[in-house]
Amino acid sequence: MYQTTYHRASSVDEAASLFGKSSDAKFLAGGQTLLPVMKQRLASPSDVIDLGKIKELQGVELSGDTLTIKAATTYYDIMTNADVKKAIPAIAYLTSVLGDPAVRYRGTIGGSIANNDPAADFPAALLALGATVKTNKRSIAADDFFKGLFTTALEDGEIITAVSFPVPAKAGYEKMRHPASRFALTGVFVAQTKSGDVRVAATGASQSGVMRVPAIEAALKANWSPSAIDNVSISASGLLADIHGTAEYRANLVKVMAQRAVAAAG
Amino acid sequence: MGVEGIGARVVRKEDKRFITGKGRYVDDIKLVGMTHAHFIRSPHAHAKVKKIDSSAALKMPGVVAVLTGQQLVDDKVGNLICGWAITSKDGSPMKMGAWPAMAPETVRFVGQAVAVVIADSKNLARDAAEAVVVDYEELPAVADVHAAIKSGAPQLHPEAPGNQVYDWVIGDEGATDAAFAKAANVVKLDVTNNRLAPNAMEPRAAIADYDAAEEHFTLYTTSQNPHVARLVLSAFYNIAPEHKLRVIAPDVGGGFGSKIFIYPEEMVALWASKKVGRPVKWTGDRTEAFLTDAHGRDHVTHAEMAFDANNKITGLKVKTYANFGAYMSLFSSSVPTYLYATLLSGQYNIPAIHAEVIGVYTNTTPVDAYRGAGRPEASYLIERLMETAARQLKVDPAALRRTNFITQFPHQTPVIMAYDTGDFNASLDAAMKAIDYAGFAARKAQAKSQGKLRGIGVSCYIEACGIAPSKAVGSLGAGVGLWESAEVRVNPVGTIEILTGSHSHGQGHETTFCQLVADRLGVPISQVSIVHGDTDKVQFGMGTYGSRSAAVGLTAILKAMEKMESKAKKIAAHALEASEADIVIENGEFKVTGTDKAIAFPMVALAAYTAHNLPDGMEPGLKESAFYDPSNFTFPAGTYICELEVDPGTGKTSFVNFVAADDFGRLINPMIVEGQVHGGLVQGIGQALLEHAIYDANGQPVTASFMDYAMPRADDVPSFNLSHTTTLCPGNPLGIKGCGEAGAIGASAAVINAITDAIGKNNLEMPATPDRVWRTIHAA
Repeated sequence: MYQTTYHRASSVDEAASLFGKSSDAKFLAGGQTLLPVMKQRLASPSDVIDLGKIKELQGVELSGDTLTIKAATTYYDIMTNADVKKAIPAIAYLTSVLGDPAVRYRGTIGGSIANNDPAADFPAALLALGATVKTNKRSIAADDFFKGLFTTALEDGEIITAVSFPVPAKAGYEKMRHPASRFALTGVFVAQTKSGDVRVAATGASQSGVMRVPAIEAALKANWSPSAIDNVSISASGLLADIHGTAEYRANLVKVMAQRAVAAAG
Repeated sequence: MGVEGIGARVVRKEDKRFITGKGRYVDDIKLVGMTHAHFIRSPHAHAKVKKIDSSAALKMPGVVAVLTGQQLVDDKVGNLICGWAITSKDGSPMKMGAWPAMAPETVRFVGQAVAVVIADSKNLARDAAEAVVVDYEELPAVADVHAAIKSGAPQLHPEAPGNQVYDWVIGDEGATDAAFAKAANVVKLDVTNNRLAPNAMEPRAAIADYDAAEEHFTLYTTSQNPHVARLVLSAFYNIAPEHKLRVIAPDVGGGFGSKIFIYPEEMVALWASKKVGRPVKWTGDRTEAFLTDAHGRDHVTHAEMAFDANNKITGLKVKTYANFGAYMSLFSSSVPTYLYATLLSGQYNIPAIHAEVIGVYTNTTPVDAYRGAGRPEASYLIERLMETAARQLKVDPAALRRTNFITQFPHQTPVIMAYDTGDFNASLDAAMKAIDYAGFAARKAQAKSQGKLRGIGVSCYIEACGIAPSKAVGSLGAGVGLWESAEVRVNPVGTIEILTGSHSHGQGHETTFCQLVADRLGVPISQVSIVHGDTDKVQFGMGTYGSRSAAVGLTAILKAMEKMESKAKKIAAHALEASEADIVIENGEFKVTGTDKAIAFPMVALAAYTAHNLPDGMEPGLKESAFYDPSNFTFPAGTYICELEVDPGTGKTSFVNFVAADDFGRLINPMIVEGQVHGGLVQGIGQALLEHAIYDANGQPVTASFMDYAMPRADDVPSFNLSHTTTLCPGNPLGIKGCGEAGAIGASAAVINAITDAIGKNNLEMPATPDRVWRTIHAA
């Protein structure tokens, strides 16, 4: 790790102000990506601004049909939160298969979506549930937030404060774990909204990051059941391929994980 | 056996410090004035080193020196050696490419060091290393054995035309060809034994401390064999003479073979400490471990097995290409030859065997012994062949093995080894019973009704351990003898120190070795200490690998104990005015048999040191030593059976049951043995399902971190069902065979045999990743 200056912000405003004063600052949430990258000397921010202790970024609220998870809430706190388990149990399940216990105790929802790793779990949940990302400047629909590999709609210095999820009628997540990293080799989140719409998002599959899967959405909208996807064909074109999975394998996983997610959603 | 004697499940003495964070590893040691080394490593798989410009780095704060490969040459520091000479079939010696500790001219794998920065702190050394400019001229590289032997392939070493290290043969080619000519059936198989990275929990580290006044070096290092390290460092590298070099291996956090070898980093640390006049410390990080710790396995093999009309094996032909990487590591040459081909008879009567092994240089990390070393490759090949044969001959795989088991001992195989004892039917029976082999068909049908593909796989392994009779290995080209030494020091108050040349890197010697003493003297193990890992304390030793510490190391302790006990009995007899022949040792006392006369062991010890009343002519003191050279290898063997399910939608494997029935001879501490088997099985399963050190065609490592190299985790493996079927080893007085490698040797074949049974297709390479299994299921 190179020399850096660490700041612990006590409010979102202070964090934004610190960022503005620095030449090359990075926000630190759970540190599950930034710190390893810094240790490997692949990143060398002049300043690291820690958001993890800001009270207004902590916690979960269930209000009517909206579940709001503040940005610096850890996976563990999400996984064990009674409102999450009641309103959208698929999110609690997603966090339970995210990383390992050490990652879950440190990692945060805000850090995950700001980083937008193409194999991260939470982007699939946001996209499938039609969530809204709240920042210190605005609200961004999930459909507009994820812009490709490690790229989001966030502007320089913009801080995610919370994610709001409309509570769905049904939702499910299934994931084939990457055997080494335990990211999603491919994970699929399926959701049926209370108005009957169906949204399906896959992570770990596409070269462009998290993606909607329209063919599966159409099939499920017609018939919400695993067998409805039997005859859907997913193209391997544009999908990721590496030593752990060919593009054809990932195409298969999109379908199989979607079927299992529907079964899990009930 | 007593509560702490041989056979007792004694809790490990060393675990108190390990699990409370009080272990003392090399990196925990800090010396006054210590500097820190950071190596500058090649990012290219093959390149000329044109120029190294360290002028900017030398001006940076805290930088003590930047040393290069050319300075090693100037100081006449020797190249790394390979300690086992192999002769090719044409009579020529193996072709050794020169391996300097830092490359002065040519780098041949990614991660090879070209220079080292010595600075006041680790971070300053790393900062300065970034300011050293190395000008490389890239050369074409080759990573795959088949590509490397093609004409026109990039050439690594002028000493080795065609990138060939050796072309070695064993067995009777004529007799084997004759067997195949008469065969009723021939079974053919191509297998790849995947390259593995060892990944010991503790990365390698070294601290070198040169004392200019005494012209003496001390080296703290992560070694499985500190005396061998001292011997090699002093005899071949022209850095430190043996009597002026103390090597200390404190607590060592795993090795799996990778810490047997002498690496460039400890050589450079020693040399640099004299050059800079301060202690030099280097601790590798995980990336350096992936790039520079000797890898394991990496064989490509074609094999054919001949059967007669009664399904008896009549012959075996094997041709193996072994990838050695860019250089020949310390014992690498022996691994695919004498540790591999000599085990190709497996547990079976095979009248004729012929094997050819072609060693190949590639632009990859050097390959050497890794848990099992050659024997996993042999066992995997034979057990995959047996399963393939059973499928082709349409017989039950267990029955086919039984038809061919060796049942008479001793048994001379056609490939050097003479098996001393065993009962292969007993372990097969035990494993089949444990897994309810007879009920498998019903379970498979039941699984099928739930959409799962269930399979069962058998693996009957044998290995050669207790390495090894010095005369035998010497005749086969080994540069060292493989005996072990021990010393028993009884202190005046009766406590006992056992000095051993074995060196634990996790095996629990501090417990098991004490159990022998407790067993013989009836003293509590708290009264016994094990001293190891320091060449100033222990006179000499060959170290810990090849499951040799109990069979060879503990036997040496037994021999020294017998000498000590003999003298102690004389002292006791003198004190008790009895005949020496009437003295027996019980519960910490020397007793006159059949009487109530006794003297406690501490009183005998005190008498030896006060020397007030010893038998006439007896020297004072109570200390004896012994060197023990085994008469044969030992032959642990057993059967592993694995039952699993494959998810046809994802290709993912889930274990249903895994049973192991091992014959390790006598067990000293069954709890520790179970731990060894668990660890070995997990490594074997890791090889079968997860682990693979991959290079791209240009020699760039693809799996140099845990983000890509898949290590087995607890939830990847089942809860194991272990049992033992014991035949005592006749080759050593304790009847020990060894248990350290068995799991890693036998498990892989059981897993792949089970998966291929489940999916109904025989050809499947390791690691059987979900992607690979899914593609195999759905292949046309």
